[in-house]
Amino acid sequence: MSANQLALAYLVASVLFILALKGLSSPVSARRGNLFGIAGMVIAVITTLLITRNWTLIILGILIGGSIGSIVARRVQMTQMPELVAAMHSLVGMAAVLIAIAVVHNPSGFGIPDPLPRGNKLELFIGTFVGAITFSGSVIAFGKLAGLGKHFRLFSSAPVVFKGQHWVNLVLAIVMIAFGVVFFFAASDGQWLPFLVMSAIAFLLGVLIIIPIGGADMPVVISMLNSYSGWAAAGIGFSLNNTMLIIAGSLVGSSGAILSYIMCKAMNRSFFNVILGGFGAAEGATAAGGQQKSVRSGSAEDAAFLMANAESVLIVPGYGLAVARAQHAVKEMAQKLIEKGVQVRYAIHPVAGRMPGHMNVLLAEAEVAYDLVFEMEDINSEFGTTDVALILGANDVVNPAAKTPGSPIFGMPILEAYKARTVIVNKRSMAAGYAGLDNELFYMEKTMMVFGDAKKVVEDIVKALS
Amino acid sequence: MTGHIDPTLINLTVFVLAVFVGYHVIWNVTPALHTPLMSVTNAISSVIIVGAILAAGAEIVDFGAIVGGIAVGLAAVNVFGGFLVTQRMLEMFKKKAPKEAKREG
Repeated sequence: MSANQLALAYLVASVLFILALKGLSSPVSARRGNLFGIAGMVIAVITTLLITRNWTLIILGILIGGSIGSIVARRVQMTQMPELVAAMHSLVGMAAVLIAIAVVHNPSGFGIPDPLPRGNKLELFIGTFVGAITFSGSVIAFGKLAGLGKHFRLFSSAPVVFKGQHWVNLVLAIVMIAFGVVFFFAASDGQWLPFLVMSAIAFLLGVLIIIPIGGADMPVVISMLNSYSGWAAAGIGFSLNNTMLIIAGSLVGSSGAILSYIMCKAMNRSFFNVILGGFGAAEGATAAGGQQKSVRSGSAEDAAFLMANAESVLIVPGYGLAVARAQHAVKEMAQKLIEKGVQVRYAIHPVAGRMPGHMNVLLAEAEVAYDLVFEMEDINSEFGTTDVALILGANDVVNPAAKTPGSPIFGMPILEAYKARTVIVNKRSMAAGYAGLDNELFYMEKTMMVFGDAKKVVEDIVKALS
Repeated sequence: MTGHIDPTLINLTVFVLAVFVGYHVIWNVTPALHTPLMSVTNAISSVIIVGAILAAGAEIVDFGAIVGGIAVGLAAVNVFGGFLVTQRMLEMFKKKAPKEAKREG
């Protein structure tokens, strides 16, 4: 196989990857798109195998890694998707670092001149430090999302902060770049030490920049790490002179960046604000000022009665629904309501849940038809003409305080559930949400609180509707 | 004007164009599919397995080859896991079933 034939095959693979992403414009074309992606990967791997001599380690790696990946993909619960995605990002990051190590060890094996030219060293530096930060940052993100905080303090979903940490991070970043510069100028016998030190610092930085970020900011963090894993791949692509890696890496990098942007806009916080962390007290803290205001509270039967007699119901799912694994019960409840002639639709806020699109997947898993599920921009105007808004485990995303200047969440786009004729809110207790704010919605005349675990409450509603 | 173009410039050209393509393609992804988007982009970024294969395929099994072999394993987890979990999720997205539509009609 000549270099030109290889390049042509890689071009075909790149186009297939682009088509895979284009397919995601609608659920109908998406399945075909995924097949294009698989085809591109098969072409890329097979053509590369054709130019390598010794397949033993490769086959071993594919068999072991492939089996683990397949088993996990089959068994993972949809409510665990955020942590799965975080774990997967870490693997790409580590793979990038390992490949960079292999290149520094033996450049000629990759068709690169030895001693390493400066240009390649710069590209390797970038690919390595981005890969290392992606790896350790994703491990921390995984721990936070999987709720492993009780085993290891760094995995706590509450922000882990210490004094002067931003200065520490800045100094470390500068030191890491300094070692990168030393690596860049070093002669080939002196290049390992700065390279390894630079990598070690990058791993440490990955941990340090993620630990101060609280659990509910995770949608931004995972999107950011998704982006980084792409740039790491692109960096390796530059080092190996492989345009397919550059294209694939850039597609992924842009995707993560756009998702991060969308998440930040939906929280009306700047990216830096989120990344520099420290936002959000430990969950369960009551709002400052110790509210003594009363709320109207009711039972599941009351909620069932209200909804059965309504013409239209809008369901607003939030993280609470995911935690309680209530999505199947919600589908049953919606089914019963539809049978009674009630119009049931779902309103999704972009940052509901712990990752972009999380609520949509949970509802799809519960076999909720996707044409009943609407994004915030499309459904917000409908709340005014809706009889009942049912809030399941969502808090800040429906807080009318976002419309009040001076509020900490002012300016954040919200689902205007407060405009519905009646509002039913299900929460476990009156503890404040992630922003630590009281939610004015709860105290409104038209609002009835139904306390309890989402799954239990919804199941009780289903019984009452039968 | 003399000399050949440095491959890095060509790579840079590809990179810039790829970012533009990525921008437009990703903005067209429907928000309902953002989670499968993350899992499929994960799988696509694992095409880095190609670099790992080059490392692991060295004739003599030395340090670089072993490191490459480990990288192949890690990337393979994502390749299989990423595409399969995306497939699983995409199969869940259904429009209103015909019999449900009839019941309401």
